[in-house]
Amino acid sequence: MIKTRGLTKRYGALTAVDGLDLDVREGDVYGFLGANGSGKTTTVRMLLGLVLATSGDIEVDGEVMPGAAARVLPRVGALVEGPAAYGHLSGRTNLMLLDASGGGSSRSTRKRRVGEALERVGLSAVGRRPVRAYSLGMRQRLGLAAALLREPRLLVLDEPTNGLDPQGIREIRELLLALNARGTTVFLSSHLLAEVEQLCTRVGVLDRGRLVMQDELATVRAPTGRVVVRTPDADQVAGVIGRGVVHRDSDVVVVDGLDAPTLNAELVKAGLRVSELGPERRTLEQVVLEAAERAGSTGVLR
Amino acid sequence: MIRVELVKMLRRPRTWVTIAMLNALPTLVAILLAVTDVGPRSGTGPAFLSAVLTDGTLYPLAALAIVLPLFLPVAVAMMAGEAVAGEAQAGTLRYLLVRPVGRTRLLVAKLISIVMFVLLTVVIVAVLGYVVGMLLLGDGDSSGLVSGVSGTSLTGTQIAQRTMMAVAYVTLSMLGVAALALLLSTFTDSALGAALGALAFLIASTLLLTLDAAAALQPYLPTRYWLAFVDLFRDPILWGDLVRGLLLQGVYLVGFLGAGWANFTSKDITS
Repeated sequence: MIKTRGLTKRYGALTAVDGLDLDVREGDVYGFLGANGSGKTTTVRMLLGLVLATSGDIEVDGEVMPGAAARVLPRVGALVEGPAAYGHLSGRTNLMLLDASGGGSSRSTRKRRVGEALERVGLSAVGRRPVRAYSLGMRQRLGLAAALLREPRLLVLDEPTNGLDPQGIREIRELLLALNARGTTVFLSSHLLAEVEQLCTRVGVLDRGRLVMQDELATVRAPTGRVVVRTPDADQVAGVIGRGVVHRDSDVVVVDGLDAPTLNAELVKAGLRVSELGPERRTLEQVVLEAAERAGSTGVLR
Repeated sequence: MIRVELVKMLRRPRTWVTIAMLNALPTLVAILLAVTDVGPRSGTGPAFLSAVLTDGTLYPLAALAIVLPLFLPVAVAMMAGEAVAGEAQAGTLRYLLVRPVGRTRLLVAKLISIVMFVLLTVVIVAVLGYVVGMLLLGDGDSSGLVSGVSGTSLTGTQIAQRTMMAVAYVTLSMLGVAALALLLSTFTDSALGAALGALAFLIASTLLLTLDAAAALQPYLPTRYWLAFVDLFRDPILWGDLVRGLLLQGVYLVGFLGAGWANFTSKDITS
């Protein structure tokens, strides 16, 4: 759905995006992670033809960007760096005008589509209020509604849950998952690990303009083959296991080379107390930090 | 896109406030003239003002002559300076472009919307000028003939036709300012900066027109032929300055708009 080869953007001496090879497949919910200033927004802008790349190729939905923008972009819904609308007009009027500004959308269905988009994001009850009187969360919803207007095949969303309360975040998450289930590919850029972890099927990690990791979330979070034992008797447990222990804290022992059932049986036989025992999984945070470390980064990602 | 731009222009409160303010001065002048009955001495003050005391039907032209040198260009520079920079400032520019609206198309739609704004403004000034002139200054000549600037008489139909031509000429005279403000508007995200830049250019032009040492430059200054619409009311019409004025505006339009287009279509949109 999105493929870039060697995508690079330089602003004078500063290289904002450096040789990016993105690969977003159809049906993905792709999490594009990076600290503030790592080049996420520049990348998103290049994908949409707003910023012109210094070098490299971009392909979106099978066509070359920004050359084929007029054909590609009607199939793409986007939220770039926060929503924007004309403050003196209502949300509905804003959407009507936006839809009417470009080609590739039917005039006869406009009213219905605008109504549906507003309903989807939970704004249908707002009425004629001008956007200037909207809260930040409402503006964010309006921006999402604008992205959904033409039932896009691809959604490019830059920090879509900014300014939303926890309830709103959950609603948006459910909305995106529902859209994805109906075939929409979602490209979501974020600096929030938790958001990406809950929503995405694939992740790419951007660090100072470089893609330091790109993989399926299920793969990076697969069991490591080691077993974590949480126990008040850490010393005795370590003693029983012996050479298999790779890591030890006051109440945690990490064991390599034994599977969980065997280990469990051994500890029971020895009469040791265990409060928790299970396969070790790395959190996305660990994965991202490791990838960034390999790339020699000092960038901090929450 | 053109339709959308027009709707946006017409639904903006600012458009109507600007038009109302533009009409305030000619109306005030008409009231003062009617109350005091003291006109400017012949040959001084804005064109037509000495003539309107005897004939209110000429007041639309006096009103145009009042707003043309300063008020109208300020309004045009504000609107055109806001065109791209205002959208950038509000963040709506990026959403228009990914909608997608082609950049060339957006620029042309903006220019057309500005020209329509000028036309609307000028027409309202003329119509209101007519109404105010008739009400306050009266239809002085019972014969139905009024005297043009040359002293010979023009019929009412001729006056109406030539007033319409004057409206068109005044509108087209604003193309240069509009194109310059639009050009500056593609360079900056500050609408005010673009408007003030265009105004500075106009003020420089007006100043150079009064300077004898700048005589060689004067035929090329954008404000040089602005008041040439007065020539429409000579008998016969003196076309020379009118045609030169239109050609000059055309040159400024092509130059500034071309530069604006070249900049806007190759620019990174980071707003």
